Amino acid sequence: MTEESRNKIAHAGKLGYSFRRHLHERLIEALLFLSAILSIAIMLAIIVMLIKESFVFFQHVSIWEFITDTQWTPLFDDAHYGIMPLVSGTIVSSFIALVVALPLGTIIAIYLSEFAPFTVREMAKPFLELLGGVPTVVYGYFALLFVTPILQTIFPELPGFNLLSAGLVMGIMIIPYVSSMTEDAMRAVPMNLREGSYAMGATRFQTAIRVVMPAAFSGIAAAYILGISRAVGETMVVAIAAGMQPNLTWNPMEPAATITAYIVQVSLGDLPHGSIGYQTIFAAGLTLLLITLAFNIAGHILRKRYREVY
Amino acid sequence: MKSVNDLEEIRRIIGLHKRWDLIFMITGIVALMIAVLTFMALFAHMLVDGMPRLSWDFFTSFPSRRPESAGILSAWVGTTLVMLVTAIAAVPLGIGSGVYLEEYASKNLLTEIIEINVTNLAGVPSIIYGLLALGLFVYQLGFGQSILAAGLALALLILPVVIVATREAIRSIPVAIREGAYALGATKWQTVSDHLLPYSSAGILTGIIIGLARAIGETAPIITIGALTFIAFLPPSPVKSEFPYVSFEWLTAPFTVMPIQMFNWVSRPEEAFQLNAAAAGLVLVVMTLAMNGLAIYLRYRMRKNIKW
Repeated sequence: MTEESRNKIAHAGKLGYSFRRHLHERLIEALLFLSAILSIAIMLAIIVMLIKESFVFFQHVSIWEFITDTQWTPLFDDAHYGIMPLVSGTIVSSFIALVVALPLGTIIAIYLSEFAPFTVREMAKPFLELLGGVPTVVYGYFALLFVTPILQTIFPELPGFNLLSAGLVMGIMIIPYVSSMTEDAMRAVPMNLREGSYAMGATRFQTAIRVVMPAAFSGIAAAYILGISRAVGETMVVAIAAGMQPNLTWNPMEPAATITAYIVQVSLGDLPHGSIGYQTIFAAGLTLLLITLAFNIAGHILRKRYREVY
Repeated sequence: MKSVNDLEEIRRIIGLHKRWDLIFMITGIVALMIAVLTFMALFAHMLVDGMPRLSWDFFTSFPSRRPESAGILSAWVGTTLVMLVTAIAAVPLGIGSGVYLEEYASKNLLTEIIEINVTNLAGVPSIIYGLLALGLFVYQLGFGQSILAAGLALALLILPVVIVATREAIRSIPVAIREGAYALGATKWQTVSDHLLPYSSAGILTGIIIGLARAIGETAPIITIGALTFIAFLPPSPVKSEFPYVSFEWLTAPFTVMPIQMFNWVSRPEEAFQLNAAAAGLVLVVMTLAMNGLAIYLRYRMRKNIKW
């Protein structure tokens, strides 16, 4: 055997298949896979847990009663289990929040993406991110002790707890989510579309409204849907500022409870495990999850579509 | 000449439309200002109400029935311990699954399901995580209404944030780095642990800080697992004087956290307690803003410094 071929064999031994090295790699890959699969386990655990407790609840209360009864008094002696008062509170507060957040968020996004000079954008984006990072309990405090008194000077008959101020503050809170996603969608629109529009003599505003927004439509719609989902699931602002009285009303000037506020209210009391009151929060939670999940999936589909265009 | 007139006409129309540009520009600035001013009002209101209460005693006293002597000692200690559990649980799991999805996963149905699922988890309302923790951790696994249950609930909540940050940080590393490592005979894990993770550490850190800042402010999931609002004692110390020097008793202790303490004070009718709420809110906002600011600064520096 020559020197050269002996060297070849020695190198092959080092570089070739090594069982220990292979095992080590496989083990790490398995660990990483387990942590990735955990997200599915969490989702399953959420669904199983909510359905399991709700199932016991729905053996006690018929689904029909749950949907059609107009009173929600599960902890009273004369118990009624109609989810409608909680749903109406949720819808009214979310609606007010969206009336604030969607137009303002969109205008800010158009301004930052199409109009603002570079430095303004660089300063406004982090600021909006900071705004989104403020704890929601602080926004609740702000709604109850700052916004409500101001509103009361305009509407003297406004009660201390009301859906209006909770909704308004929630809207301000959601602006950063809407504006940053909308802006991302609009900036993803290729430059040559804008250049074509400018070349035809269109102004910035015309370009933004007639070219960029339609092109970014599905991204903007996804941002709106996620905004809705966030308003529906928001808890502390409504729990603090809207009162916790289940109240079947469409009037924002009244106190009312949302689904989330009800869960907070019950959790604050000392509720025995396995009681009907304990199960109601899981039934309410399941309702909430179904609503937000539907919005999230719709948003996901829309976002996927706008990504595929460009 | 007609064409010159036409040009004038076109210029006139464009001028008219440019006025709309100006109007919208002003609208945009006003909209931005509404957001800015709201934040200023919020901060100023809390500062005026809360500042007089902020003293050394406020940080070192337990909550009390008398508002002037009440403090946030048990709240900030509880928050610190809960955050410790959250970080220890969420960081390795989040980075692990981010690395798997970005570097190991082949494009198949399972990967896609995991990816959709991570997006969906990010959109699940926080209070639902509280219900999960109440059912699973508090009762099923028997952790009780403890720091452990709260920390794990928040860890699940911020997991998507860490995963997404990890993926984005790793994705921005050029393929050439990986090819270089493989060309020298490195295994996949050697490539990941010696190159990809160190190079993306600033981005991952940004995600972790943003996640923890969010967890500090979360109230709903912790209320749901039944954390108490009045705690006038501290959990057992994690450090002991005799062997084995560390104790894990604090994991199962009852606790309260800053946002719950604030919520408790806000919901009392006496105005003196609401001043305490303002002070607690101020501490909370400064903490979360500092963390978010740090994350934004890190991201900014990262973008400036890295030139592949």
